[in-house]
Amino acid sequence: MRPFRYERAADAAGAVELAAAPEAMFLGGGTNLVDLMRLGVERPALLVDVTKLDDGRIDETPDGGLRIGAGVRNSDLAGDTRVRERYPVLSAAVLHGASGQLRNVATTGGNLLQRTRCAYFQDVTKPCNKRDPGSGCPAREGEHHNLAIIGWSDACVATHPSDMAVALAALDASVETSTRSLPLLDLHRLPGEEPERDTVLDHGELIRAVHLPPLPVARRSRYVKVRERASFSFAVVSVAAALHVEDGTVADIRLALGGVAHKPWRAERAEEALRGAAASAESFARAADAELAQARPLRENAYKVPVARNLIIRTLSELA
Amino acid sequence: MHDAPTPAVTPEPPAFTEVALRVNGVEHTLTIDTRTSLLDLLRERLGATGAKKGCDHGQCGACTVLIDGRRANSCLALVVAYAHSDVVTVEGLAAGGEPHALQRAFVEHDAFQCGYCTPGQLCSAAGMLDELRAGRPSAVTDGEVALSAEEVRERMSGNICRCGAYPNLVRAILEAGA
Repeated sequence: MRPFRYERAADAAGAVELAAAPEAMFLGGGTNLVDLMRLGVERPALLVDVTKLDDGRIDETPDGGLRIGAGVRNSDLAGDTRVRERYPVLSAAVLHGASGQLRNVATTGGNLLQRTRCAYFQDVTKPCNKRDPGSGCPAREGEHHNLAIIGWSDACVATHPSDMAVALAALDASVETSTRSLPLLDLHRLPGEEPERDTVLDHGELIRAVHLPPLPVARRSRYVKVRERASFSFAVVSVAAALHVEDGTVADIRLALGGVAHKPWRAERAEEALRGAAASAESFARAADAELAQARPLRENAYKVPVARNLIIRTLSELA
Repeated sequence: MHDAPTPAVTPEPPAFTEVALRVNGVEHTLTIDTRTSLLDLLRERLGATGAKKGCDHGQCGACTVLIDGRRANSCLALVVAYAHSDVVTVEGLAAGGEPHALQRAFVEHDAFQCGYCTPGQLCSAAGMLDELRAGRPSAVTDGEVALSAEEVRERMSGNICRCGAYPNLVRAILEAGA
């Protein structure tokens, strides 16, 4: 591991000032960053510890939503009774990620900023356009059975690994940083020609909080995840869904997919197809097909398309 | 995946800092390289070799300890970030020389074979039972939080046992948590 200097920030302004230095990175729980430093993937010269900032709380907002501080640990977020009652899909998504030990440490801000688990990205002996721009992408022809089916580019076929972010994508969440507020859906990027940039954040820009708007439909919501073992494994495909049915018709819906793209994927085409439609398995299947028509699977991950289709139908049917 | 190869160029000089923390009730003040993990500090500097290095990537759970009462992977914890923390390792679980209820149950139920993962399993189970008693949900919780074999299997998924002692681990933890 490259040697680094360590600074503990006392407040957000101080953290931003310290992190303006070149080769500086913020340190949250460190559950992904420390591992990547050990692997040689991340090589910061300075770590700015932001875990002692006053942002480890979940507060009610005047509009009836919640403000989740960036320092809130994953296990505390999942266990919060307000989150469990009003946004059960978020609690469930967090609990479907990582292990008990990791969730006790990992933060809300850090969860959003975790890097892909593509094997080539994590192996510094291999080319990777995300880690070393211009070096190539062995994943397109190599090991990619668990990588993207939607929105990938010739430069990168990685997926975003977070479960939490998939629920936030479905919940119309927004992200408060040290300089601005932006919709969560605009935080993460598709890889395009710059796969080294996971998000739109500038160097030294600090995530302060995630805002959840009041969202009545979210009270009836679920997170369903398909993975290669029963627990502690990244998603093959996951679905975050909230559904409100009136008189057999879809009155309101939120739907997002995980494990399929370089960012948490809001299924806008499926939502559009379902608004006002009958809340039936046939409608859900048509909506899934509308969304997945844009899928461009790779040689060894076409299986994800029917998995996603079946998971959408199953999850919405359970909610209906 | 592999650890980073040794660079051919002259490495940059390490940065040192002083850190105070408590381990199993004893205060320590040490000068450390900022890169030091809590696991390496415990094993290499403090002689607490109970916590084990399995994967060193937070995937196996053999290094699990309790930090300020919560279970965590000590291999991913930079000591500099845990100044003034209160750490309990498997050596600190047994109060007053008497085995912890989990340790007795592990022996009774033969909840291990080679024993390498056992210190991490014990610390993880101790933290997990506290989480369960505090009403924390898991991915398999449906309604009220209550101890069950299904809950133990889900909540202990961060601890791998390559000998496959899982059935007896579940029995031992269920008994100790009852």
